[in-house]
Amino acid sequence: MFRKEDVHSRSNVKSSVQRTLKTKLVSQFPKLEEVIDELVPKKSHVELIKCEDKIQLYAVDGEVCFFQKFDELIPTLKLVHKFPEAFPTVQVDRGAIKFVLSGANIMCPGLTSPGAQLPEAPGLEKDALVIVKAENKESALAVGRLLMSTEDIKSINKGHGVEMIHHLGDPLWTFSVE
Amino acid sequence: MSLRTVIYCGVCSFPPEFCEFTGKLKRCKVWLLENHPEKYQSLYGDAEVEDAAAKLAGSSIGEEREEKLEKDLLKLQSKQENREQRELAKKLSSKVIIKREARTKRKTMVAIAGLEVFEIDMKKLAKTFASKFATGCSVSKNAEKKEEIIIQGDVADEAETYIQKLLEEKGLKEVKVEQMDMKKKKKPTTTTPTPAA
Repeated sequence: MFRKEDVHSRSNVKSSVQRTLKTKLVSQFPKLEEVIDELVPKKSHVELIKCEDKIQLYAVDGEVCFFQKFDELIPTLKLVHKFPEAFPTVQVDRGAIKFVLSGANIMCPGLTSPGAQLPEAPGLEKDALVIVKAENKESALAVGRLLMSTEDIKSINKGHGVEMIHHLGDPLWTFSVE
Repeated sequence: MSLRTVIYCGVCSFPPEFCEFTGKLKRCKVWLLENHPEKYQSLYGDAEVEDAAAKLAGSSIGEEREEKLEKDLLKLQSKQENREQRELAKKLSSKVIIKREARTKRKTMVAIAGLEVFEIDMKKLAKTFASKFATGCSVSKNAEKKEEIIIQGDVADEAETYIQKLLEEKGLKEVKVEQMDMKKKKKPTTTTPTPAA
């Protein structure tokens, strides 16, 4: 999703907007409710960074926590690492890690092999946001969007399964809010 | 329930579990051992003792594919190392040249060339020089079409120490910083005449 970061403008976020942002986050990821005050403390300094292609980044106290394209908020991996339980998860096998880290979409076989894991039925719908974990690894390595529902992935088992949005080592990961 | 803190590798910025996929594994291991020895133990400690057999058992993608993966990773690693070595050699062999040029009468300017190899942002450096020495400072192209920093005023020595400090921070202490004086000879008429006259 990010080729090269190009910052157009950056501005501080008002506390009222910050509040709406928090409610939106909680409505999108209900499990975040318990830790939302820890994630975005009341006195924190939230910055909105607008980039190319209408991508907006939200940085809390100098660390990019969310980004937004169109309407949906997407957590960055830094946040995912802090609180992985809040997000729906898929797992890929060891062989796929290399390709995921270079930014490839995840193919179905990599999600259905013995080392991989998909949520139990009924599973997740198409277009759902998922974080991608890897076999034998604790932390997540990517954030993606399902291109077909998890049940379809299991039954069809061919082609692209997850569209890559954000992975370790991409420009967003290396992006720093000076 | 509270937030988790994750260690990030100081070399490749990934969580340490993923260091093996970056091709910088050797340096990552050193860093981890120095900074988080207990994490190092859990990641690499027993793997070396129990050999690759245990690793294979824990993996699900089959012996053949695992072997191939391992080979690919090794290749990537050696490639990366070679590249780093080459770059370092290039950096060490190049040098920074600080030229002091006379303009009119007592006015001088300083030109600094050869910085682009060290990944230093010349524009930013020019800005810092300008505010540090309270002079005009800019980036321009010299005769060889290379970028150089031009500082107005006689600050060659100060600039040299500053650049040396900068290079030291980057761990490139051995890089030569050379100062050249392009001063016009003060009284060419008195020094040049041959004793024949």
